[in-house]
Amino acid sequence: MATVELKGVRKRFGAHEIIHGVDLRINDHEFVAFVGPSGSGKSTLLRMIAGLEEISEGEILIDGVAAQGVPPARRGLAMVFQSYALYPHMTVDENMSFSLRMAGVAKEERDRKVRAVARILEMEALLDRKPRELSGGQLQRVAIGRAMVRQPKAFLLDEPLSNLDAALQAQMRLELVRLHREVNTTMIYVTHDQVEAMTMADRIVVLNNGRVEQVGSPLELYQHPASLFVAGFIGAPKMSFLDVAVSSTAAGWVTLALANGVSVSLPAPAEEVKAGTRLKLGIRPEHVEMDGNGELQAEIDAVEHLGPRAYLHTRLSDGSRMVAQVSGDITLREGDRTALHIRADAGHLFDESGKALERRAPARPHQAV
Amino acid sequence: MTGGWKMRLALTLAGWTIALAMFSPILWMFLTSFKTEIAAVRTPPAIFFRPTLENYAAVLQRADYVQFALNSVAVSLGSTLLAMALAIPAAYSMAFFPTRHTRDILLWMLSTKMLPAVGVLVPIYLLWRDFGLLDTRLGLILIDSLGVLPIVVWMLFSFFREVPPEILEASRMDGATQTDELIHILLPLSMPGIAATALLAIILCWNEAFWSLNLTTVNAATLTAFTASFASPEGLFWAKLSAASTLATVPILIFGWISQRQLVRGLSFGAVK
Repeated sequence: MATVELKGVRKRFGAHEIIHGVDLRINDHEFVAFVGPSGSGKSTLLRMIAGLEEISEGEILIDGVAAQGVPPARRGLAMVFQSYALYPHMTVDENMSFSLRMAGVAKEERDRKVRAVARILEMEALLDRKPRELSGGQLQRVAIGRAMVRQPKAFLLDEPLSNLDAALQAQMRLELVRLHREVNTTMIYVTHDQVEAMTMADRIVVLNNGRVEQVGSPLELYQHPASLFVAGFIGAPKMSFLDVAVSSTAAGWVTLALANGVSVSLPAPAEEVKAGTRLKLGIRPEHVEMDGNGELQAEIDAVEHLGPRAYLHTRLSDGSRMVAQVSGDITLREGDRTALHIRADAGHLFDESGKALERRAPARPHQAV
Repeated sequence: MTGGWKMRLALTLAGWTIALAMFSPILWMFLTSFKTEIAAVRTPPAIFFRPTLENYAAVLQRADYVQFALNSVAVSLGSTLLAMALAIPAAYSMAFFPTRHTRDILLWMLSTKMLPAVGVLVPIYLLWRDFGLLDTRLGLILIDSLGVLPIVVWMLFSFFREVPPEILEASRMDGATQTDELIHILLPLSMPGIAATALLAIILCWNEAFWSLNLTTVNAATLTAFTASFASPEGLFWAKLSAASTLATVPILIFGWISQRQLVRGLSFGAVK
């Protein structure tokens, strides 16, 4: 049961700074995901919270107490590693009870606690096995169980599902959510996979190049990405981006000229732009439709069939790419041409620095403008 | 798969040839030790001869084999223990907390092995004399352990590097102190490597002759000094020298034979999975 607070946290390796001042508050019981591409600093941030990595500047407070100088074990946090990092020479039982043994807990007490956790994770039958006799999913369970036995204030999970196959990942995602509900402990979860973050986290922290790009609930990030980076990172397939220029503005509306000369209008903070401003228009696949009268001519590069729906990966006449979500029974194939209609009012606008303009229109059915 | 068995046959033959070539001096020494001095110098050497134990009797009569042997055991075990005690923490720190200079230090340590021992004979001799270490087991243990230290550190360093650092970090999260980490995690995990390193160190110290010859006379002299004492300047007594050599070699040969499985396992010890 813990809050974790980061204040102006920086990390340098020699002269090279890789975390550039992170401020963040993680509330008690919260499931927070740190998400970002590799090299974004998310693992380093987690390791600094764990105490495995020194902080170069700033401070980390755990339950209001400065963690600086407190060794990892005494921070009351438990970590699940990407490689599981189980002790190969110990049985599952010994792995799970190691922390209690280090803390000087008596054997009976240790056994009782290990059994209780093993019951929750349904792995009582595995207690006498060595890690090498377990499957990937079982190793994962043991790693989580080892963390649970300590009844930590918070769980730190570093890409725990990345070594599992897709089916097991989906299953473990649900289990982790269930587990979080049951133990009701703060969880900080590092992943590069935005699907994991979207499906599990209460709040997502998007990191890019050692900076926090945005913090918010999964839907906030999806519907109101604060930057081009977040817009491109959250959502699969990715949002498509078009280079556009503002042709005119009216109260609460801007009209944009697309590369092929077609104009579209959408509600936006018109006072922030003026005619001629270059912007990027971001459109999610679900806001692009196939329409014989559509304003964009596209050539299909690839069709991704997912059963109930399909994604058309297309190239527009000016060379930019656009993904459209279409019905799964589509018969178009690579090389075919089609016309696309974008629901511009559901679009996202970004200025040249990549910052999002406030998005005024919630996704709603298309209306002729 | 006709090519398969031909390849295997060729490899088997090559393996046996090399092994026999390497073993032949030991075999020659062993056979010679049972010959009379006259038979020993005969060319070509006689393959079939009437074996005699007279060389062994002479050798054992002239010197107290047991005392030399005990010195050898004490010195090789003592040096190995001391070297391991120093090298384990050193290799641990270099493997898991490397700095910019770790590689340089390792290379520098190894480079000391390129220095001929005789180059430092005088300073070492004088130091040992002033500290009263000449002709003591302790003195020989000190110099022998220093001698094997670079190799021991190198080997342990590479074995420790095979242990994923995350496992040690996990133990740190679990509340292990650095000592706990060493005792409960690192040492058990790299035990095959540690055993192989210790075995090699024992063998190297057992065979060490230079310091034994120069820093000891009677009390702490090891089997290498014992053997050398039979290479007399007045003439070669090959049969007696062979008998002495055999006596000096047999213990370590038996030791190596018993431990070879461990040695091979350790030296080919891969990632901890």
